[in-house]
Amino acid sequence: MLSNIGISLVVLISILSLMIIYTASFDLKISRPVIKKSIYKLSLFQTTFTVLCFFTLIIGFINSDFSIINVYENSHTSKPFFYKIAGTWGNHEGSLLLWINILVIFSYLFLVFNHTHDKKFRLYTLICQNILILGFLFFLLLNSNPFNSIHPIPIEGLGLNPILQDPALAIHPPLLYVGFVGCSIYFSAAIASLLSSYSGKLFAQSIKIWVKISWCFQTLGIIVGSFWAYYELGWGGFWFWDPVENASLLPWFAITALMHSLIVLEKRNALYPWVIILCLLTFILSVTGTFLVRSGILNSVHTFASDPARGVYILLFLSFMILSALTIFFLKHKKETYNFNLKSKETFILANNWFMIFFLVTVLIGMLYPIFLDVLTNVKISVGPPFFNIVIIPLVVPLMFLMAIGPKFSWIKSQKKILYKILFPILGAVVINLFIYYFFGKYSLLSNLIFISALFLVLYTLLDIKKFINEKIKTGLPRIISHLGFGLLVFFIGINYQFSFEEDFNLKVGEIKKMNKYEINFEAIKIKESKNYKAVIGNFKLTNFKNDLVQYLNPEIRVYSNPETLTYEAAIKTKITSDLYLTMSNVSRSDYYNIKFQNKPFMIWIWISALMIALGGFVQLTLKKNEN
Amino acid sequence: MKINILKIIIFSFVIFFLCVFWVGLKKTKNYDTKTLIGSRISNFQLTEINNVDQYISEEDLKKNKFTLINFFASWCAPCRAEHKYLLNLSSKGKKIKIIGINFKDKKNNAINFLKELGNPYNFVGMDLKGKFSILFGIYGIPESILIDNNLIIIKKFVGPIDQTHYNEILKLIQ
Repeated sequence: MLSNIGISLVVLISILSLMIIYTASFDLKISRPVIKKSIYKLSLFQTTFTVLCFFTLIIGFINSDFSIINVYENSHTSKPFFYKIAGTWGNHEGSLLLWINILVIFSYLFLVFNHTHDKKFRLYTLICQNILILGFLFFLLLNSNPFNSIHPIPIEGLGLNPILQDPALAIHPPLLYVGFVGCSIYFSAAIASLLSSYSGKLFAQSIKIWVKISWCFQTLGIIVGSFWAYYELGWGGFWFWDPVENASLLPWFAITALMHSLIVLEKRNALYPWVIILCLLTFILSVTGTFLVRSGILNSVHTFASDPARGVYILLFLSFMILSALTIFFLKHKKETYNFNLKSKETFILANNWFMIFFLVTVLIGMLYPIFLDVLTNVKISVGPPFFNIVIIPLVVPLMFLMAIGPKFSWIKSQKKILYKILFPILGAVVINLFIYYFFGKYSLLSNLIFISALFLVLYTLLDIKKFINEKIKTGLPRIISHLGFGLLVFFIGINYQFSFEEDFNLKVGEIKKMNKYEINFEAIKIKESKNYKAVIGNFKLTNFKNDLVQYLNPEIRVYSNPETLTYEAAIKTKITSDLYLTMSNVSRSDYYNIKFQNKPFMIWIWISALMIALGGFVQLTLKKNEN
Repeated sequence: MKINILKIIIFSFVIFFLCVFWVGLKKTKNYDTKTLIGSRISNFQLTEINNVDQYISEEDLKKNKFTLINFFASWCAPCRAEHKYLLNLSSKGKKIKIIGINFKDKKNNAINFLKELGNPYNFVGMDLKGKFSILFGIYGIPESILIDNNLIIIKKFVGPIDQTHYNEILKLIQ
């Protein structure tokens, strides 16, 4: 029943998409300055049905309607209500439907909210976006239909991968999808802009808000994913340069570059071709990431959704997107000459773009090199953190200096003497760094530079805050928050990296392990039955000799029944200054448990400062036009 | 003309990237057992299905000039189809010995299966849980592996043995 409704709705949406493309191309030829009413109506219908379609699937999951294969494969009656809903997008087919939802919703909103802009430009955007929608709808129908039915109807489902049954991970996909799929709208707009020659400042204004929205959600989505990896995967880290994390980072670099250069386009009417390239690149990279993850070319924690047959389709569609975008760009773009003064805001924004592109290329190379090597020479390798750390970290130092002083320059040409203003924060940064170096431990020259530049960015931005409070015309708050967040993030990651304490050992119940200033007493294990899993809970008593503090840590090993899986839940004690992190895992055929104990300073501040970066974006979204 | 060259370079670059993705996609990684050919069998030890005390090991395999290891189960229909070729092979006598490995099956069903269709095997090993067969990259049965007296895998047959395979085996053991 639900299966039929769902499939009918998908077909209906496809037909509506075709109708929109048809009516819109027809309307293009009419010289009236306003768009036909019927197009609005069609688009609204399309949006309504798409949302309904998604709700149909959600209802299937809530009611555990196992006549739908997708529900049968990814749900179970004993699953908590919340995860039944989250299961909707916890699998490939359902998440593709969510993907289409975002495409359609953004398409409609862009149409409605840009009524002041050129008709031709808007119609082309709508056509282009609907071609994307159709492409993904066909993919859904041909290869990944979430509404496929099964006979006879199974009594019980197979269950959702327990590792995904987690609040952070339930919201992680929708956030990322708004971020990544949201990029589609300015991909379409960029193509439309080339086709309709609607360029420059007005174009920048039409896509500005969409770029910001998708940037905010991407940033937040990546943070949530990283947070999940920290406490769920049990490795004690928060960023692993895992191929899928890298795939999510690529569009983020592109969009961050875009967000900055868009300001130049809006204020100075320059860099138009570059902005177009970034618009196209952001969505292309999003789809490339999806392709790499979903096709199974890359293997990682996200392989729940891999299947080579899917890969073929996404690759074909990706090729179509890239090649047509390139062709249109080469045919339509006009050469632009610009002449920026070295001491101007636009030069610094351009510098930001170079850095972002450099990071992007580095991560892209690290990610694709193993695939290329495998295909061309049959050698299997993997590129790990050392590569990324060596190439990326040194360049963060100059980036942070530029982030600090760049915004101080005015457009076109600055007359201000900047040198004496940076003297005080630089001195402050050096002194604080010396203090840390002297009292807490020695570290390398590069780490020194990282600390100094991060502290410089923080201090310099703090001065901005002081100024912001005193001044009457309030400007640049979002930028201040985000840049401050970035400076703090790098600083705390540096501290965390330098002063983390980690120990790996095996322990039996009743044994005691002493190390450094800690003593760990493995007191007991308990078994706990829960709704959909059984847990082995360890009781650990942790004594800190330095301040005679006693704490209890309770890591778990969970045995989920549907499907049968083991997960390791870390015990984390968070304090303002540090996190204590303890995981245990069973060693097969023995009474010993493998214990991993870590003391990670300022963990919570890493999350807070990362959230600040995203917060800056959200603050900007709430501001009115003139305030910025 | 300068800009055109740039365009061509960019286009070729993109196409090269896409082609690499395409080839990467076509390379099936997870279930590729072709690489097994030429490798040596190790850790081979199985118990006989009728008699738990009796087992077969690598030393026994070395005595045969050629050995065909056949993975079968009573619940597997194609196994019935290939059975007559196995019986024919076993009648060829000394040159080749056939070892059956009973895959994810019930013991009694397997014994009845052999009673019904005849027993081509010189030895029937048990792998009731299918764990042992993983070593040979078995992911569906029937599958057969032909090895020589140095325990090197010469040929792997995925799916039921048919007339062509049968002729091929006869040729190989000549």
